Formats: sequence, structure tokens, C-alpha cells
Amino acid sequence: MVFLTRRATFSASHYYWNEAWSAEKNQQVFGLCANKNGHGHNYTLEVTVAGEPDPVTGFVIDLKWLKDVMEREVLSAWDHKHLNLEAPDFEHEMPTTENIAIAAWKRLEPAVAAGGGAKLSRIRVHETPEIFAEFRGEA
Amino acid sequence: MRAYFGRRYTISASHRLHAGALTPEQNQAAYGKCNNEHGHGHNYVIEVLTGGSVNAETGMVVDLAALDRAVRTRVLNRFDHANLNLDPLFADCVPTTESFCRAVFGLLQNALPEGELEHVRVEETENNSFECFRER
Repeated sequence: MVFLTRRATFSASHYYWNEAWSAEKNQQVFGLCANKNGHGHNYTLEVTVAGEPDPVTGFVIDLKWLKDVMEREVLSAWDHKHLNLEAPDFEHEMPTTENIAIAAWKRLEPAVAAGGGAKLSRIRVHETPEIFAEFRGEA
Repeated sequence: MRAYFGRRYTISASHRLHAGALTPEQNQAAYGKCNNEHGHGHNYVIEVLTGGSVNAETGMVVDLAALDRAVRTRVLNRFDHANLNLDPLFADCVPTTESFCRAVFGLLQNALPEGELEHVRVEETENNSFECFRER
């Protein structure tokens, strides 16, 4: 089994706010991230797929194909958007880095599976170079 | 759903690779420049990955500020701008980055505010890195 990773970047804004909580509690738990006018990040999306190299092409997956899938399924929906206001993924979930990784998995997994060959193995989303989250499809 | 939250920290520390059980010549042969008597230093990057379920109220695996506090208290305050050879953890063990990575894993293993320690990765330079994973 070989693991292959493709990276892409997107820029988006978000804020953290739990409607079930008071303004004070939101401020206390989320701090600066609770500013309702939002703030933004340059996110890095890393998509790792796993599979056996094709005996003819030597590819686990065609990287150009994967790049296009990431562009179509994820970047076109999130790049230069306000995740709370414009991305349906976060209508009922807060766009934390963890939830962004899970949402990216949900968007990409069916497309990668339909492509045949490789399986989606891991999503890693960097909010900054020092802060990131991962989702590996676990329950 | 189980997800992972990761954080990268930087510290600067010095060390010298020298094994008491080896002769000066053997130390030179094993460690080369890293055996220099007066030691040398690195900007270490310590990557900490926490695994756990995503809290439905916060959308988070672990509160970042609480994680930072735990790592600062247990690891960063202890090793930043320190000589690793003088730390009691390395009294009987050479502070290679393998040993340092394992030591950091041990210090954090039961000290996280939420979730489980999934891995610790220590980058000694941009070209050398070391990882310890949770036993499964």
C-alpha cells in the first residue's frame, strides 16, 4: 500500500459562535474567534489517498485528476468565502478546523471512491502553519 | 466522530551526544560533530497531535488554550533555552532526538486536558524528524 498526498490552499473567513450559549459564554470559550464580523485564514488542505500503484502507469492515482476533484468538490465551494454564511456544510456545525477536515472528507470521499483504485485515507487542514486538524474517516 | 487536533511549537535547546560507556574515540566515531565537547543547539519543532471525539458544543477535540497550557507547563518551560544533557531525564541516557521525542511523549501522555495523545513529532532540523505514536 502506498500513500499519496496532494496539497492545495484556500482562503476563507469564519467565526465561532454557539447559538445555544449566552454572548458572555461564547466570548469566554472562543475568545477572539467569537468576533461576529469574522476573521480569515490561508488554509492548507492536504488530501492523502492510499492504494497500490497501477501495474501499467505506476500511479496510485492520477494527481491531475485528484487536483481537479479537490478544486471541484472543495475549493470552488470554500475559497474566498465566509464559511459560516456561505458554506452549507456549516449551517449546523461550527467551522472549526476539526469540522472543516470532516466536511472536506464528506465532500471528497464519494468522488475518490467513484474514481476507483485509491481510497481516501486522511484529510489534514492547516488553519495556520502551527494549528491543524485531521480526519481519517473514523466513527 | 473521532478527529485529531495538532499544534506545532518551537523551542531552542542545546545538547551533546556523548555516551559514558564509549571511549572518546568511539564517541567521535558514533556521533562525529555532535560529540563536540561544548555541545551545540537546535531550534526544535515539537508537533503534538491529540485524538478524540469532536465536542458537539464547541466543534473541537481539545481547547487550544488548555492544550497550550499543558504543553507549556510540562514541556516548553522545561526545555526551552535549556541544555538537554543537564535535565534529569537524560541523566542516564544520551539526549538524541529519538530520546527527546520519547521523553516529550511520556511527559504529555497523561497530561492532556482532553483527548488522547496520538503522536509527538520532533523536528531537530528541517531535514531530520522523529516520531512516537500511541501504542494500539
